[in-house]
Amino acid sequence: MTVLAQADLRLDANAIDYLLLAFYFLLVLGIGYLSRRQVSTSLDFFLSGRSLPAWVTGLAFIAANLGAIEVMGMSANGAQYGMPTAHYFWIGAVPAMLFLGIVMMPFYYGSKVRSVPEFMLRRFGKPAHLVNGISFALAQILIAGANLFLLASVVNLLLGWPIWVSIILAAVIVLSYTALGGLSAAIYNEVLQFFVIVAALLPLTIVGLYKVGGWEGLVDRISGGPGGAEQLDSWPGNQLTGFGSNFLSVLGLVFGLGFVLSFGYWTTNFVEVQRAMASKSMSAARRTPIIGAFPKILIPFIVIIPGMIAGVTVTELAGENKEALLNGDAAPSGATFNDALLLLMRDLLPNGMLGIAIAGLLASFMAGMAANLSSFNTVFTYDIWQAYLKKDRPDDYYLRTGRVVTAAATVLAIGTAFIASTYSNLMDYLQQLFSFFNAPLFATFILGMFWKRMTPTAGWTGLVSGTAAAVTVFLLAETGVWDLPGQGASFVGAGAAFVVDVVVSVVVTYATQPKPEPQLVGLVYSLTPKENLRHSTTGEDAGWYRNPGLLAGIALVITIVLNFIF
Amino acid sequence: MAHESRSRRAGVFDIRLIIALLIGVYGAVLTVLGLGFTTDEDIAKAANVNINLWAGLAMLLFAGLFVLWTWLRPLRVPEDGQAMQQESGE
Repeated sequence: MTVLAQADLRLDANAIDYLLLAFYFLLVLGIGYLSRRQVSTSLDFFLSGRSLPAWVTGLAFIAANLGAIEVMGMSANGAQYGMPTAHYFWIGAVPAMLFLGIVMMPFYYGSKVRSVPEFMLRRFGKPAHLVNGISFALAQILIAGANLFLLASVVNLLLGWPIWVSIILAAVIVLSYTALGGLSAAIYNEVLQFFVIVAALLPLTIVGLYKVGGWEGLVDRISGGPGGAEQLDSWPGNQLTGFGSNFLSVLGLVFGLGFVLSFGYWTTNFVEVQRAMASKSMSAARRTPIIGAFPKILIPFIVIIPGMIAGVTVTELAGENKEALLNGDAAPSGATFNDALLLLMRDLLPNGMLGIAIAGLLASFMAGMAANLSSFNTVFTYDIWQAYLKKDRPDDYYLRTGRVVTAAATVLAIGTAFIASTYSNLMDYLQQLFSFFNAPLFATFILGMFWKRMTPTAGWTGLVSGTAAAVTVFLLAETGVWDLPGQGASFVGAGAAFVVDVVVSVVVTYATQPKPEPQLVGLVYSLTPKENLRHSTTGEDAGWYRNPGLLAGIALVITIVLNFIF
Repeated sequence: MAHESRSRRAGVFDIRLIIALLIGVYGAVLTVLGLGFTTDEDIAKAANVNINLWAGLAMLLFAGLFVLWTWLRPLRVPEDGQAMQQESGE
């Protein structure tokens, strides 16, 4: 609980900063209110029955992903590990996004699967559906805790209130915002926060680079500091994975992070996939994640570099403090890597820019937390409560349940925020969660999709044993039985969850009865009519620059080149 | 105008206009701050760059480009989701 005793750090915001912040929230709430009165133009905007051009869905896709957790977590990672953090983007996101566009999207778009629980129910029946529902709900609450904790740490820096008071205040703010703004405000907020975050980070990076004397200056100072020159190359990334051997480190990155964690995250994350489903044609749906991949390639530069700069210039994080934190001790200053971005903003940004930066961060915590709460609400109310506990009640009963559930979820998130606050680097916490929940889900999902023999029993036993495997690895690493310091524990956990899930599913499948084939049409690749998977190349889908395969190829080449440079 | 009967412009709710409004207002405020109200102390803090001014100008430019984009390629929201779905559901 070192964070609770955080040093007395303050952001020096003045009236102008608060004014810029207020303008943001008035705009979002105002647009939400106005657009609700003209439902056909606004709600249609994102959720309309497949009518949007690819650039809108691509924008929504990437905005749904670049939340503040990413920004704060990745800059914390940058301060701690340096350039290897870029793997989260170049190995851990871009290939999976391209895969989603090329291979998975035709299937999703063609078979009209709307959510993961829905797929589980239709493919494997009730037990798998229930297991998936519970684990999904749990994951959302745990991630909401991370959002809430970050929101609280900004409140703490602004007002100087203790973290626990800030967490409760932050929870009250989020609840009233969700109640006031509703869905449409949340949707606009999600896209707007992306632009505000970029508008804040780009100048911060430029000023930061000026301060350290350009890229060369940064290189010199990092090479001379704790962590050393190893932090300037993305490969082999031993510090990040915690493996001593270069070979194992690269293997952990490619298989654990690059394959299981990231493919699991991107191909089964329907918060993002649903954005693509709103596009107006198969071709546009396939282009959505591919268009999203281009900004994703560049984001590391405005996220990781500020983190690295903070690690060498911010007094509370540089020198002996960084050394202590790298060794797993508390820094003498009381700061943690999570504070990297905030501290850099405090040091470099004048009033004005500072207000925009604060607005961007607060807005994206709100967006992230609102998304967690609403997914929890949907899954808990409809996939658990309605499906298994209280069936066949009138609609307004479930609506009222939904409201109570949202309030209860916020209270639970206060609890998980305290768990999150014990991590000195929040990315460790999040990757841990992904290894518990996403890795087994991905294994079951992909098996169920490509292997028509896989049985309903195999569906839920695979999920349960996969999660159990990841939790076991976590406990071994936590108790020190197996020494994996960096984020290697979650890469190994994800790998274990995947392998165990696949093995258990295969063994159980051969011992149980499969579903009859006619029930699996549209749910299994080989039983889906081929014309469902093709996209048109005429009209608004014509032209080489709209060809998903070619766009994906360009993105891949850029990524490979960047991997060679860094 | 045949197009107008089936679909209409998203108008002020076009996300690009809202982005342009937000970034444009921020850019204007920052530019004014940078020109008249940023002290030498502030500039020294930001590594001798008048970041308010430069970021403000860049944001105004960005907002202008988004308005131009919206004006040149308006977004149309279909009146009838069903009709669109059939057209594109090949």
